[in-house]
Amino acid sequence: MTLTRPPRLGALVGPVKIDDVSKTYGDGRSAIIALDHLSLEIADREFVCLLGASGCGKSTLLNLLAGIYRIDHGAVDTGGRRIGMVFQEPALFPWLTVGDNIDLAMRLRGVPSRVRPSEVAELLRLVHLEGFGQRRPHELSGGMQQRAALARALAQHADLLLMDEPFGALDAMTRDRLHDELERIWLGSDLTIVFVTHNVREAVRLGDRVVLLSSRPGRVVAEFSADIARPRRIDSEPVARLAAEITDRLREEVRRHGR
Amino acid sequence: MVADPATRLAEDLAGLDALDIPRRDGLDLVRRTWSAAWPKLMAVVIVLGIWQCVVWSGWRPSYVIPGPATVLRELGSLLGDGDFYRAIVITMQRAVVGFSLAIVVGSAVGMAVSQSPLLRRAIGSIITGVQSMPSIAWFPFAILVFRLSESAILFVIVLGAAPAIANGLISGVDQIPPLILRAGRVLGASGVAAWRHVVLPAALPGFVSGLKQGWAFAWRSLMAGELLVIIASRPSIGVRLQMARELSDAAALMAMMIVVLVIGIVVDGLVFASLERRIRCNRGLLENRAA
Repeated sequence: MTLTRPPRLGALVGPVKIDDVSKTYGDGRSAIIALDHLSLEIADREFVCLLGASGCGKSTLLNLLAGIYRIDHGAVDTGGRRIGMVFQEPALFPWLTVGDNIDLAMRLRGVPSRVRPSEVAELLRLVHLEGFGQRRPHELSGGMQQRAALARALAQHADLLLMDEPFGALDAMTRDRLHDELERIWLGSDLTIVFVTHNVREAVRLGDRVVLLSSRPGRVVAEFSADIARPRRIDSEPVARLAAEITDRLREEVRRHGR
Repeated sequence: MVADPATRLAEDLAGLDALDIPRRDGLDLVRRTWSAAWPKLMAVVIVLGIWQCVVWSGWRPSYVIPGPATVLRELGSLLGDGDFYRAIVITMQRAVVGFSLAIVVGSAVGMAVSQSPLLRRAIGSIITGVQSMPSIAWFPFAILVFRLSESAILFVIVLGAAPAIANGLISGVDQIPPLILRAGRVLGASGVAAWRHVVLPAALPGFVSGLKQGWAFAWRSLMAGELLVIIASRPSIGVRLQMARELSDAAALMAMMIVVLVIGIVVDGLVFASLERRIRCNRGLLENRAA
């Protein structure tokens, strides 16, 4: 199943560029440097996982990419991509049905009303929520809400999907299946995905590349290319091996703060 | 036969969904209505009982405090009286017009203050101050400016109700979870679209409690106004109250008081309480609390 989406602006879409970006919260002595001269390039249609301990500025980076926060220094170039975002909590609008949540995303993008119902139905089918369009968000389980949030982000016709620990609050079994679901959707689309997590296995399970960030201030410490055939399983041997390697590196990074 | 991975995934998700989905509770309408109604009926019976005991005690002669039976008989005869309905229509017209004006004024002020930190610093506390000012204190001024007219009454209703409505909207906007606003921004809602599709619906619970409170203030202001601003050939509930007092007709007076009370309760219950309940129910804020 593929998404109906308008054609890309150019035949070749350049990478997403994060160039020498810094971001500080507060000022004076209480200032916290969240990101310190961070540079990163993400290829078109790449699935990149940002990994790091608390305070590494993962979420800050996503919010900068989304244009929610202002950049203090440096530049971000998303290559004209449309941006969709999924948060740790579903953040569905509780006053709308699941279907209307998805519909609103299209409406705000100016999609004409006559094509919206069929697209809503298609997106609900894509995330396996057929028959739940008329339900309210609170009537769904956490995993279903997060799938609905994913459908809403896709409804924006996003090219660049920013995901901020989207499965962090779910039970392990649901999370495993949502990994499969996300991988399936990504493989059948043009999406470039930046996925933030503090779960190493999750990062290796999903990403083409895992970028390890240091904490306070956030910088890129290491990058790992996950050359593992898809579809993957979180409990497979190659995933476990790379995850162990990354975990060692991550612990080293965390220890540095205790000294 | 082994299912292919895509089917397996769909089946797994369906299974997890079926296990995780919250249950709906299934109380039927009759039982729900009864469980809501009997405590109220009980309360009415107790109040009538206390009232009757006071009458029996002989604390005041029965032409000052008549018993419930006398008053209810009076009320019964009112219900067959055309003038009584004319009075109610006039009063309710004032209530509707005044309250509508208050909604317009209160919403405009509330929207402006919730969006502008400067305006909030300037008039935020004044709104609350005006809200706590007894509406009856406005009447001498209103009568001076508008003389004994409909406008004087409307003026005081708006002053009574609009601050509560504005404060309701302001606190509704203040209590929107930041994540909802962020989600709205990422979805591309800005300016008027953000207000229409995100801020106003998200602030609706606070706004409705403001309306509910505003209605209570409007109804009080209106009753005070009708007692003070008596306009010729405009029989209203207030006029009837005043007349009953002048004629020392205690039964008629108390019957009208019951009418005032009942209208206040009915409007609150039928309009605002049910609106509030629906909103909370739609947003999943009512579960496990009804019992």
